Amino acid sequence: MKVLVGVKRVLDAYVKARVKPDGSGVVTDNVKMSMNPFDEIAVEQALRFKEAGQVEEIVAVSIGPAKSEETIRTALAMGADRGILVEADAEIEPLAVAKVFKALVEKEQPELVLLGKQAIDDDCNQTGQMLAALLGWAQGTFISKIELGDGNVTVTREVDGGLERAQIKTPAVVTVDLRLNEPRYASLPNIMKAKKKPVDKTTPAELGVDATPRITTLEVQEPPPRAAGVKVASVAELVDKLRNEARVIG
Amino acid sequence: MNFELSHEHEMIVASARAFVEQELYPYEEEVERDDRVRPELIEQIKQRAIAAGLYAAAMPEELGGGGLDNFSMTLLDRELGRANFALQYLVGRPSNILQACVGEQREKYLLPCIRGKKIDCLAMTEPNAGSDVRGMQCRAERDGNEYVINGTKHFISHADLADFVILFAATGVEDSARGPRKKITSFLVDKGAPGFTVRDGYRSVSHRGYHNCVLTFDDCRIPAANVLGEEHKGFEVANDWLGATRLQVAAMCLGRAERALDLCLEWAATRKQFGQTIGKFQGVSFKLADMRTQLEAAELLTLKVAWKSDQGTATDMDYAMAKLHATEMLATLSDEAIQIHGGMGLMSDLPLERIWRDARVERIWEGTSEIQRHIISRALLRPLEQR
Ligand SMILES: Cc1cc2nc3c(=O)[nH]c(=O)nc-3n(C[C@H](O)[C@H](O)[C@H](O)COP(=O)(O)OP(=O)(O)OC[C@H]3O[C@@H](n4cnc5c(N)ncnc54)[C@H](O)[C@@H]3O)c2cc1C
Repeated sequence: MKVLVGVKRVLDAYVKARVKPDGSGVVTDNVKMSMNPFDEIAVEQALRFKEAGQVEEIVAVSIGPAKSEETIRTALAMGADRGILVEADAEIEPLAVAKVFKALVEKEQPELVLLGKQAIDDDCNQTGQMLAALLGWAQGTFISKIELGDGNVTVTREVDGGLERAQIKTPAVVTVDLRLNEPRYASLPNIMKAKKKPVDKTTPAELGVDATPRITTLEVQEPPPRAAGVKVASVAELVDKLRNEARVIG
Repeated sequence: MNFELSHEHEMIVASARAFVEQELYPYEEEVERDDRVRPELIEQIKQRAIAAGLYAAAMPEELGGGGLDNFSMTLLDRELGRANFALQYLVGRPSNILQACVGEQREKYLLPCIRGKKIDCLAMTEPNAGSDVRGMQCRAERDGNEYVINGTKHFISHADLADFVILFAATGVEDSARGPRKKITSFLVDKGAPGFTVRDGYRSVSHRGYHNCVLTFDDCRIPAANVLGEEHKGFEVANDWLGATRLQVAAMCLGRAERALDLCLEWAATRKQFGQTIGKFQGVSFKLADMRTQLEAAELLTLKVAWKSDQGTATDMDYAMAKLHATEMLATLSDEAIQIHGGMGLMSDLPLERIWRDARVERIWEGTSEIQRHIISRALLRPLEQR
């Protein structure tokens, strides 16, 4: 089986995001960028399938600026076999990303596309669902467990109020949640090998995808600073405040 | 000129950092408390280091090592330096000098060390010969196809764990421009060789769980084939291969200093006294500014020397400057780190008192700060004096 894994280059999870002075977005120049943490989990899962002999080839795909090749190299250092960089400089929206993936799926013919449930920069949580719809494939989203079967995958989904187990037919699109696994660190020999693994380069236009943004960002704002806390003298006062001021309990 | 790390370097740093945080940090408290690393833990860390490809990372790839150049190795050592010394030591870095092994020596010493099957230690220092290494009294006399060794070495790190020792001993006297001087030869001596005893060394303020030993040689006979390099050329072999050891000391100081500074920043930004966070007091914030500046300077110097070392242009003075500056920087920084934390800095709940204690040895071993200054100043002045 061949697996396509999406790896997006995002602001590092431990970097404090700063809004550009003109409010047009978040500062990404000269700040640490890393692989989207959910995508790391997706790569790890693909590697575990490969180690278990259930997957033959893992292709890491990144759509974004040229520097996204580094994110692909990180996936290759973790153990992915090859990469595809779809170079796109402009802000690229989930629908365009899903269309690019669709084009790549048609070319590569994988049986499984593994994606993060969302990217931690725009938190859209749309690409996987859109891709499944465009392909007419089954989808399993927010999964915290996955088993490959014969012509199907069984996934455990993290839904509100509990866990849902579902069996879906392959080919399928699966988006992964935090609790699925602990991604590995790349071993030194794999880091060395990564630079020799092939990374194909293409563009949305070459794949016949119109990636023009359809959404205009009006303004990006810092979250309001958190107000200082207050000390309460007793449990009774706490309950009173929770009920009457914060209104979080009835 | 480009001061940015390549993506590959960044990946090495990220993996090394993840290894240190996941495989070493969880055991620091235990090792600091018990002053020992459990045998199962030794094996576990070694195996995981081998699996991560971090073991023997500086050894050539064709011999099964990681093939890292000095620059990458310095980055790796910097990350390893963050952890408790005894634990990070288990991510084996066999002495580079073993690359001088020839013939059967390679199968018996070099390759097993790279594979994690054997551990080496290196013995120069003696009770009466520290900085003045050439003054060593331990001697080896040729007797047919053997050498007979007599003498004592002390302060020998991890000789308790080692399977053999890279021993330096006097093998005669020669005339030099500055009078008679000892000829030194390097040997490979197996533990268990008759007449060779390893005893517990001294208890020290630094390095819980990592011990030094006293080695005695009493008519210890070893085959002549166990000379490492050439007879009488022990210091030449050492000079060829051990420059990077001083770089390693410098690199590990950087990692430890960075860890201490991170804790200080967090503390200064959250600890409140007199109604405000202590970082708002200039008395504290200027310390932080100095710490970062000194650390940055030491890092630049160390990485530059590592880079020069890969170009083949690093001089003895370069290694000396990197070691001197990084070790002295760590001493000051770790002391200030405790000051910023107040009483809490001295408590073993935080790694700071350990970093502070461990920092002390760095200005002494691999050549004291005075010896490094001697090397630097001689290199500066000798050309002028010879005019
Ligand atoms: C924990 C630990 C582990 C060690 N591990 C090893 C090991 O594995 N293998 C090994 O061979 N050695 C090891 N050493 C020994 C270490 O390299 C020596 O301690 C070091 O070389 C200094 O020698 P010394 O302690 O005898 O001090 P001395 O040489 O006696 O120095 C005493 C003082 O005199 C100063 N001094 C000496 N000569 C001069 C000079 N010419 N100019 C100015 N000042 C001078 C020194 O700087 C120092 O301040 C270890 C030491 C320690 C503390």
